[in-house]
Amino acid sequence: MRTSIFKNQDALAGLLFMGLGALGFVFALGYKFGTTIDMGPGYFPRILSLVLIGFGIITFVRGLRDCMPVEGGWAWLPLVLLSASLVLFGFLIERLGLVPALAALFFVSARAGHEFKALEVLALTAVMSVFAAAVFVWGLKLPYSLFAWNF
Amino acid sequence: MEILDQFMLGFGVALSLQNLAYCFLGVLLGTLIGVLPGVGPLVTISMLLPVTFGLPPVSAVIMLSGIYYGAQYGGSTTAILVNLPGETSSAVTCLDGYQMARRGRAGAALAIAALSSFVAGCIGTLLIVALGVPLAGWALRFGAEDYFALMVLGLVAASVLSHGDMIKALAMVVVGLLIGLVGTDVNSGVERYTFGLPELADGIGFTVLAVGIFAISEVVTNLEQKEAREVFTRNVGGLMPSWSDLKASFLPTLRGTAIGSFFGILPGTGPSISSFSSYMLEKKLAKDPSRFGQGAIEGVAAPEAANNAAAQTAFIPTLTLGIPGSATMALILGALIMNGVQPGPSVMTRNPELFWGVIASMFIGNALLVALNLPLVGLWVRLLSIPYRWLFPAIVMFCALGNYSLNNSAIDVYLCAAIGVLGYVLAKLKCPPAPLVLGYVLGPMMEENIRRALLLSEGDLSIFVKSPISLAFLTIALLLLVSMALPAIRRGKARVDQEEASAT
Repeated sequence: MRTSIFKNQDALAGLLFMGLGALGFVFALGYKFGTTIDMGPGYFPRILSLVLIGFGIITFVRGLRDCMPVEGGWAWLPLVLLSASLVLFGFLIERLGLVPALAALFFVSARAGHEFKALEVLALTAVMSVFAAAVFVWGLKLPYSLFAWNF
Repeated sequence: MEILDQFMLGFGVALSLQNLAYCFLGVLLGTLIGVLPGVGPLVTISMLLPVTFGLPPVSAVIMLSGIYYGAQYGGSTTAILVNLPGETSSAVTCLDGYQMARRGRAGAALAIAALSSFVAGCIGTLLIVALGVPLAGWALRFGAEDYFALMVLGLVAASVLSHGDMIKALAMVVVGLLIGLVGTDVNSGVERYTFGLPELADGIGFTVLAVGIFAISEVVTNLEQKEAREVFTRNVGGLMPSWSDLKASFLPTLRGTAIGSFFGILPGTGPSISSFSSYMLEKKLAKDPSRFGQGAIEGVAAPEAANNAAAQTAFIPTLTLGIPGSATMALILGALIMNGVQPGPSVMTRNPELFWGVIASMFIGNALLVALNLPLVGLWVRLLSIPYRWLFPAIVMFCALGNYSLNNSAIDVYLCAAIGVLGYVLAKLKCPPAPLVLGYVLGPMMEENIRRALLLSEGDLSIFVKSPISLAFLTIALLLLVSMALPAIRRGKARVDQEEASAT
């Protein structure tokens, strides 16, 4: 059975490990290696990166041999929406305040579900905003303004 | 009796109003998420880690461990009533528990599950004391080289014994170790992998990593499938188990406890494999194995005892050696470090109120769970009707707010999103996340210990074989690795993995 390399579970994992290992190694070249008695900051990272590349090669080769495809589809849309909702939240909380940031988070992340009902999300936003304000702002006394305008 | 004094100290701590409240909150939340499928203890604990910041360490660990063992109780409730395991460790309970429910004996099944869980939880907690105290005393004599070897063994064992592919698990350990290196090197003051960002000088935050790797990628994985959850509440029937039920469950509960305690201590194994193994054992021991799958009460008592015992004994290496054996334990250890407790064998002598307070809270928590679970069963089942499309945005909110609140820094939230993407890709490629988190937690300690060991030995690597303790640990680690290369053992493990997968 031939599996395209882009669907080959282990080959992809191997490539990912090799890539991470190579990145780790290249950056660690900037840190002093030191000696075994007196290890520099570069000693541990460089060895680890090489080990990771080694595991990556083994995984890659096994992937070419076993040809196990990735199970199920990739949920790219939910992944992008959830990450975007986090980024939006981080961006907005310092500029518009807690409530608008939460509203953005709920409306963007809820899109990732299979059903999206605007009214439901609105209700959810309202309830959770009150909850978050009660717990984090009034309960834990964190210094967030509920609404703000800082640009 | 010194140990009685310690217990008194522990109960004194655990019975304070504040800690009782956190214990109650923990087991309540644990039951709640145990009931809700798709929301597990890993996700919940990572979400709540930021909230525990600033609590006294005792209260934080009391609450987090309550969530962990509470989830084992809650998971069985839905397994029995609606054939839906709230947690993977309760999957085996579905087999006979649901059959009992269909025969109108749901109440008896629930009661037996709760009782055997309670018995196992208490025995497991006693074991923490019985084994933990001498273990910590022994570990106090460890040198830096022994510690390094112990961590190597812990990481290797967690990768080899855990479900799935060993090479990928080991690679994930290394990724975790590398992520753990981000930040300022303690010895030289050099900033490693920070890319000039001042926010990274203290390293990637533990909660940022945990939330990204577990919570975000878990939510995305759940969203891959269409939501298909049937909800039906049925009549539970009488809660009182009959005398013959109790008698039939007695020995299976004890056997399940023994199996669970064993697997709980081992790194890489835990509640799931324990409940599965004890079910298999009961089936082998039974006079009439065909009753299993038809509502055999032993098939409920043994696995429930096993998963709760495992949940408790997993604390032994974590609390006494500072070496977590599973991802959840790594989270608990991370909570300790975050709150300023240096984990290791000295915790027991330096923070006795922490160790004994947590132990005492486990007895209280286990008792609370029985009280919470049985009378409130109807309420728990009704919670199943909450659709996931309401739950997951709320989870995302906790992730965002929690990470933001730690340093009031948006960078942490962005980083969490990025790690979430990495976590999802790794999960799709069947790379287990637990070894990564273990590596991340142990990484800095490993580097420090190997540096110290080699400094003392003047660069002589043979120090790792000269110390008998270190030699023993490294030999076991090597044997584990070699054994996995033997085809017979590898096939056997593949079969166990498969059977476990088909049972769930």
